Amino acid sequence: MYATPFRRLMLCFTIFITPSTNLLADTPSDASQKRGLNIAREADRRDAGFGDTSSQMAMVLRNRHGEQTERRMRSKTLEQQNDGDKTLIVFDNPRDVKGTAFLSFTHKTGPDDQWLYLPALKRVKRISSSNKSGPFMGSEFAFEDLSSQEIEKYTYRYLRDEHFDARDHFVIERIPVDPKSGYSRQEVWLDKSEYRVWKIDFYDRKGEHLKTLTASNYRQHLDQYWRAETFEMVNHQTGKSTELTFTQWQFQNGFSDRDFNKNSLKRAR
Amino acid sequence: MHTYNNGHHWAARYADWVIRWRWWVLLASIALAILAASGGRFVQMNNDYRVFFSEDNPQRQAFEQLQRTYTKVDNILFAVVPREGEGFSANTLAAVEQLTEQAWQLPYSLRVDSVTNFQHTRADGDSLVVQDLVENAIDMTPTERNAAKAIALNEPALAGKLVNTDGSIVGVNVTFQLPDKSMNAGPEAVAAARALMKNIENEYGVQVRATGTVMLFNAFFEASMNDMSSLIPMMYGVILLITVLLLRSVTATLATTAVIVFSILSAMGAAGHIGIQLTPPSSAAPTIIMTLAVADSIHILITLLAGMRRGLGKLEALRESIRVNLGPVFLTSATTAVGFLSMNFSDAQPFRDLGNITAIGVMAAFVYSTALLPALIALLPLRARQSQSATVGDRTIDRLANVVVHHPKGVLMAVTLVSASLLALIPLNELDDNFVTYFDESTSFRQDTDFINEHFSGIYQVQYSLNSNIENGVSHPLFLRKVHDFTQWLRQQPEVRHVNSISDTFQRLNKNLHADNPNFYRLPNDAELAAQYLLLYELSLPYGLDLNNRLNVKKSSTQLVVTLKDMPSAQLRQFAERGTRWLQQKTGLQAHGVGPAIMFAYIAERNIKNMLIGTLVAVFIIAALIMLALRSLRLGIISLLPTLLPAGLAFGVWGGLVGEINVAISMVAGMALGIVVDDTVHFLSKYQRARVELGLDNNAAIRYAFNSVGAAIVVTSIILVAGFTVLAQSSFGMNAKMAVLTAITIAFALVAVFTLLPALLSLCKERQPSHLTLSTTDSEGTDYVRNSV
Repeated sequence: MYATPFRRLMLCFTIFITPSTNLLADTPSDASQKRGLNIAREADRRDAGFGDTSSQMAMVLRNRHGEQTERRMRSKTLEQQNDGDKTLIVFDNPRDVKGTAFLSFTHKTGPDDQWLYLPALKRVKRISSSNKSGPFMGSEFAFEDLSSQEIEKYTYRYLRDEHFDARDHFVIERIPVDPKSGYSRQEVWLDKSEYRVWKIDFYDRKGEHLKTLTASNYRQHLDQYWRAETFEMVNHQTGKSTELTFTQWQFQNGFSDRDFNKNSLKRAR
Repeated sequence: MHTYNNGHHWAARYADWVIRWRWWVLLASIALAILAASGGRFVQMNNDYRVFFSEDNPQRQAFEQLQRTYTKVDNILFAVVPREGEGFSANTLAAVEQLTEQAWQLPYSLRVDSVTNFQHTRADGDSLVVQDLVENAIDMTPTERNAAKAIALNEPALAGKLVNTDGSIVGVNVTFQLPDKSMNAGPEAVAAARALMKNIENEYGVQVRATGTVMLFNAFFEASMNDMSSLIPMMYGVILLITVLLLRSVTATLATTAVIVFSILSAMGAAGHIGIQLTPPSSAAPTIIMTLAVADSIHILITLLAGMRRGLGKLEALRESIRVNLGPVFLTSATTAVGFLSMNFSDAQPFRDLGNITAIGVMAAFVYSTALLPALIALLPLRARQSQSATVGDRTIDRLANVVVHHPKGVLMAVTLVSASLLALIPLNELDDNFVTYFDESTSFRQDTDFINEHFSGIYQVQYSLNSNIENGVSHPLFLRKVHDFTQWLRQQPEVRHVNSISDTFQRLNKNLHADNPNFYRLPNDAELAAQYLLLYELSLPYGLDLNNRLNVKKSSTQLVVTLKDMPSAQLRQFAERGTRWLQQKTGLQAHGVGPAIMFAYIAERNIKNMLIGTLVAVFIIAALIMLALRSLRLGIISLLPTLLPAGLAFGVWGGLVGEINVAISMVAGMALGIVVDDTVHFLSKYQRARVELGLDNNAAIRYAFNSVGAAIVVTSIILVAGFTVLAQSSFGMNAKMAVLTAITIAFALVAVFTLLPALLSLCKERQPSHLTLSTTDSEGTDYVRNSV
């Protein structure tokens, strides 16, 4: 599938609610599962074919007592036809990690491939781990929140419709397939007209409300692809929050696989 | 006696009034009790140990500052104890794995650290492999399990914390984020944890034990519940027994019980209205109120029954008893309330609450025993059994009076000798507020904590926050070196079982990223390298096992968590101060060790100064009350010694026998003072009346006081000692020790009032009985309690 690492945040799930002929024969839960999956597929379909993107990222981390700190990165994404996207992130700030570059190949099933270039060591190190639920750069975002949201990574269920901010939304539930996920489930709000994700509630392993993500400032690129500029993640249990902003979205950069390999990591700075 | 005499006119009119309007008095009493008791619905338990520390307590402030910077450290530490003594058998590891997995489900859990989910890092070519140390234990080969054991025993993050030195016990530590305002979050988490422990025990045949601050919250909660549910019924039993034995009357027993029940309902209800939350100390209030309330009723009933035996009718005897006792019961209630109110000087809210609830209860007991009690007696049938003539007790008291009167100097000498030797033992008392020993060995908290302390890991956690003062400064080699040196120093201290330090992580990563070359197990010498290691490491960590518990948001400071073995709080204070000094001298860093154990270690120190002031204020007020009531400066001053000395002697005995005092014991002086002064008041008032009204000489007046009030003083003392002995059965050490010391004080007061007080009276003769002219009323009726039992 084709997604920016961060694309699915802003994204898109579909619902093409095929007026199923045998709908009546289905149990309600079968029907809602099918509908949920269809919504996810439609969102995915609408974002397919974007090719590649690049953007600037800034994260502001806050604790409940107002202490805050900032991280800055650049990111590039290359869409893959039959697998998860390839992503390259270069860290600009804090200063002592400047030039550190992170490459990740998301896979539809199984652990992702990840490499990190450490400029102080002048070496590329492969990270061999099935963990991606830890905090990204100490923020309230886990890498699993940011990486490409392949359809296969969840099971789905349509919950209800909800109207707010002058938009009609589908609310779907998705349950991570990966047993190492930090979440037991998520509730996702997508608007009915464009299948953009406006809000996600994350529930922890014991089913308690952990975090809420809200997206804002969506812009459409190439007359098709919607990208949000601001994501706010609030942790309800610790009172910490992270604001993540994307600026300078660029499409059609002409990236190829050669820009996303171990050698390209060292050049990335 | 001028005041009393006026009082007696008034008291007689009051007695008539109560008897006349007995139905209305009864109804009004019931209405008052219901009104007050309606506050009972607001009474809440507060299980947070922080309630013992005021908002401006410096140790609490430091601790909360730390909790704001890093994640909270409220925890449950599980120890999985296999029967076969092998912590790394397939079965034990499977049990730990499942416990780890399911611990994420515990309510309010934030983080689960265990031997199995420990994120082991190693090099594999150019890869950094990060994975759980143990995964699918059942499928692991013995070689793999032995390898995991070797890693665990050599891993500074685990050894001494989650695995013991020989690998025979393996642990899981769960960190909780308990909501601030919720009162039942702790017990809820513990209930779930216990169910989980039971499951694991049944499924794997291992033993699971648990300690930690969340278990501590719960132990406080259970201590309060236990005290309320077992001590109060026991107290009822004791009181019924005493009243039946002393009064031999169903009606009298019933009336006494009614006074007690109404007093407790009113006090606890009033506590609810005021918004007092129940804590283990304040949940002792009902038991104490019962003890004190029964004394009031007994005084009135004994006079009443004695009057009836002398041939008075019931109402006549009742009127007489009220007339005689209203003043004294008021005075003794007031002095007792003053003693308890002195607890308001404490820094610890639970003791202020205990003092206030009990003071309310004591005054309620005064109201009910002088209104409800006579109304009930007037309404119900009452018969007085004929009493035997002079008992052995009476004869003993006579003999004692003779000895004291004839050899006052000898008695005083003996008292001085005994006192001096007991008082000399006071310095043997050491302040010790070890929150583990607050709970006696019958509690599961104490049993598991002792076990874990002895066989597995430490139980006290002290945290140090080391601040580099620059953003991302934790990666700076100079700062890391300081953290490392402090970590090493801590590990050399005999009290230390484990230190969790970020410097270990940096050394390990440095080795891993140099192909696991052991020569690189050292700190990275470059800030950028260290920062990049950290970035790499953070990217590889799973959900919940992040570095938020060790680094702040800005990565400018790091938290060291030191686990200590069990030790007296004096040693803990000494350890904490040693650490702070070492840091300052060797690294220039400023940090204080903080944590619940440290807060308790300083609690007594912080309270005792305040309680000394409180006790002095109580002494002053009580002495003033006595001088006013007896209208004699001389008697007021003489009264001070037998009132103050008993507490001193009790502390001496305690120093000789036990030697450890906790914060609750600092409350005893003020509290006991208000109780034991009653003996002195009774004795002096009899003496005074004999001198002034009966015109007896000094020695005769002393004998008169012995004869008229001696037996009653013995009886009340027995009741009080019995009551506090019941409270001493509490499984909560603060309450139990406080009760024992109070009981000892009351016993000494009994001795003092029969020896020291008359000897002083005999030796410090009045120049002349100057208030003779003030005496106006007839003499007989002014007795407090003139009958024997």
